Amino acid sequence: MRSALIGLVFLASLPAWGQATWRGYAAAEYRYFPQAALGPDQRNAYTSVVLQPELLFDWDQGRQSLTVTPFYRWDLYDKQRRHGDMRELFWLYVGDGFETRVGVRKVFWGVTESQHLVDVINQTDLVESPDGEDKLGQPMASVKAFTPIGTWEMFVLPYFRERTFPGEAGRLRTQPRVDTEADALYQDSRKQRHIDYALRWTQTIGAWDIGLSHFYGTNRDPRLVPSTNSKNEPVLLPYYELMNQSGLDVQATLNNWLLKFEAIRRTSNTEVYRAATGGVEYTFYGVLGSPMNVGVVAEYLYDSRRKNALTPFEDDIMLGVRLTPNDRQSTEFLLGVIADRHSSARVYSLEASRRLTNHLKLGVEARSFAGSKPQDPLHSFRRDNYLQLELAYFF
Amino acid sequence: MMASHRSLLAVLLLFCVGITPAYADTDRGLEIAKTMRERERGFGNFTADMEMALIDTGGKETLRRLRVRTLEVTDDGDKSLAIFDAPADVKGTAFLSHTHILQADDQWLYLPSLKRVKRIAPAYKTAPFMGSEFSYEDLASPEVEKYTYKYVGEGTADRQPSYLLERYPSDENSGYSRQLVWVDQDRYVALKIEYYDRRGAKRKTLVSHGFKQYLDRYWRPAEMQMENHQSGKRSILRWANYQFRQNLSAQDFHPSSLTRMR
Repeated sequence: MRSALIGLVFLASLPAWGQATWRGYAAAEYRYFPQAALGPDQRNAYTSVVLQPELLFDWDQGRQSLTVTPFYRWDLYDKQRRHGDMRELFWLYVGDGFETRVGVRKVFWGVTESQHLVDVINQTDLVESPDGEDKLGQPMASVKAFTPIGTWEMFVLPYFRERTFPGEAGRLRTQPRVDTEADALYQDSRKQRHIDYALRWTQTIGAWDIGLSHFYGTNRDPRLVPSTNSKNEPVLLPYYELMNQSGLDVQATLNNWLLKFEAIRRTSNTEVYRAATGGVEYTFYGVLGSPMNVGVVAEYLYDSRRKNALTPFEDDIMLGVRLTPNDRQSTEFLLGVIADRHSSARVYSLEASRRLTNHLKLGVEARSFAGSKPQDPLHSFRRDNYLQLELAYFF
Repeated sequence: MMASHRSLLAVLLLFCVGITPAYADTDRGLEIAKTMRERERGFGNFTADMEMALIDTGGKETLRRLRVRTLEVTDDGDKSLAIFDAPADVKGTAFLSHTHILQADDQWLYLPSLKRVKRIAPAYKTAPFMGSEFSYEDLASPEVEKYTYKYVGEGTADRQPSYLLERYPSDENSGYSRQLVWVDQDRYVALKIEYYDRRGAKRKTLVSHGFKQYLDRYWRPAEMQMENHQSGKRSILRWANYQFRQNLSAQDFHPSSLTRMR
């Protein structure tokens, strides 16, 4: 009661001390799957709406701030996509040579485009998108120190977030589905209360940006264990192990070239493996005398577990083209394919966006999963080619 | 033998005659550029609000809004940060640039939706800034050492008597072969700049006016108009709320600080 009262007084007095700003978006999304689904409850078309406001209060001449970013999506059919999350709710203190943050945050590490191996702090919000780029807010306390020999950031992560999975009526899910009602399995008896730690060092030396990181705690990527539910249907249960992950990420930035490399080494009770992604990005500026930029990306994806890898990308090549006409509407196209070197498995993707008015933006996304063999993790998605339209209102 | 010596001497003499005035023009051009820099020294840092109107050939206007922070660096190029406020979908996006005297500039872009800081290729400086007729390069701090100079003569811009000088970017990533600059003889600010592309064609003209003096020393324009002669489009930057010597440190211009910039 007393702390709630203090909290209220604190919040009420914020605008008086400093200033408040806000931004965010509301969007309607439509996803269409042209092929008939594998499951009886899955549909061909899904509609959902999403809201994500972001509020920022700062005071103490900008040295302190509070960021609040709630998120909610409502989906017409997939109950697991009717979900809310506190993406951010943290206090920041900026000191002389250091920064401290306490609360729920999103943190991104890494440089490559096709996958993000080094990026390990936040859990993937998989119901949002199959590409894994959407993340759940992670509770943490962190300190960043700026020194002449690099920037250091230390994290204490006191609570684990479980990955979200599409529900029975949702598409882009495993076959059989992940049982979202049952409790997940953990190696550690403290389950979600296991305290994780991470440390990251980054330094810029001329054209080179280098990052080294280490993480100890609950692996964000679960192993999916076959099981049966109460109705005796086959399901998968997420099993979360403890792991150590060491990571390296490097980018060299040279005229029109970007050279990118990420590598990790993970160890747990059950496995030791290495994975890496590396490649180049070349950009042509002002193509044919127009303001258009054309960027070409090529990356190689490797996982030492090969066929036993939990990821479909264990020996794959990604090729992509990014078109940026640099027009008033900030139109963008990103076309890509990830191709397995030993099978005909391919993931094609198209992402495009264009601003319609000062507040409205249209986004188009399409993915196609082709040629996967039954043992490939992508095989579950073989009927899940989709086209997605999103109309977003930004404020 | 004698004859060839004599002709060699003649050639050398010719060279000297040809070169001496050119050297003088180079020196005078550099002298003006250095004076411009001298007058800028000691500002420390400043912040300002910027509104950018993009005007297409039909006269239709689109607005962009951003805030700019610049930090003076005494032994290298300045550091500057631009935070986008409008249109709403790019609100919170930030662009950080560390200009350097000799090497290529370092540039980073912060994308708030992904919480991702991306280091950008040096060649990105030739790309249009937020869809405008300004490129990133046009808005970067014009470090003296980034160009070689030639004094051309005198002229008038914005009704002010001006020195006319040509400058040639030494950076291979620059989008220009040369720039013709009208420098106010009294205030030593660039009133007008003509930009010539790599093929030597006149591409754009920048006209700045409404200069006001801050801290009794530093001149800043209220408006900068860039006209693209090839597309017929124009962009107008309107500056407001210049504030000098704010509470800003090098830490605020560190790429690792980009994620907290609002």
